[in-house]
Amino acid sequence: MRILSLGNSLETYLVIAALLFGLGVYGLLNRRTLIGLLISAELLLSGASLNFMAFGRFLAPDPTTGQIFTLFIMGIAAAEAAIALSIIIAVYRNYKSIDTEDLEELQG
Amino acid sequence: MSSLLTAEGLGGLLFLFIIAVTLAGGLLATNSVRLPRAVSGLAMCLIGVAGLYYYLNSPFLAAMEILIYVGAVCVTIVFAIMLADPCDEQRPGRQNALSSALSFGVAGLLVWGLVLLATTTMWPAAATKVNEGSVKVIGESLLTTYSMVFELISVVLLMAIIGALALARVGRDKQ
Repeated sequence: MRILSLGNSLETYLVIAALLFGLGVYGLLNRRTLIGLLISAELLLSGASLNFMAFGRFLAPDPTTGQIFTLFIMGIAAAEAAIALSIIIAVYRNYKSIDTEDLEELQG
Repeated sequence: MSSLLTAEGLGGLLFLFIIAVTLAGGLLATNSVRLPRAVSGLAMCLIGVAGLYYYLNSPFLAAMEILIYVGAVCVTIVFAIMLADPCDEQRPGRQNALSSALSFGVAGLLVWGLVLLATTTMWPAAATKVNEGSVKVIGESLLTTYSMVFELISVVLLMAIIGALALARVGRDKQ
């Protein structure tokens, strides 16, 4: 019954975090709308915070460090989502589209 | 299969279910064409991550994950979808097979490397834990050790609110 005690090993969480991170990278490269890119970025951030939580729980001498870092990541992610969404609304108002192919003018 | 009926067995089964929810939500968030479905996938994935946090001995962070991510970020994204009205599926032939395969390859390579690194490294555990990581200890260290960061992040959030309002207001007078 080794599979039922997966929750007690560090590697399980690291593998799940790596999969979340990979899904985020795949979405960032493959998505064509700005909101899709934002969703993938949230997946990346949650993969990173899962890593922090796992290391803080299993390895760190002070288990609060990982939790507090994850709390700050959540705050930064909320701020980032608010700013990104208002930029997306502004872009939509000017270009009538949030498709990245329609925004080639912005690539500088 | 009698060990399934003990507390550890049921906890292990629930853990497997939470992993499945997380990964299925992530797949839905990155692969569905319609954006509302992708946001639902993101919410599902983040609920799964909250479950994983619960298994990592921090129910406080699990509650915060659901409150902030599912309750605030996902709902804000839904509002943006309603305001911006993206129509992803109306373009024929937009999915370039080569770029899709390339991005899958890059992401797969990254995951392979990370998993290899995670499973082959010998992680040295700390000899002693100075505390048990409870909510009380988190609150105390937020107001003592990390008080500067705590204040700074509130300033960042204030700037984000003001910036979001200013950005979303630009161009509204013209119409």
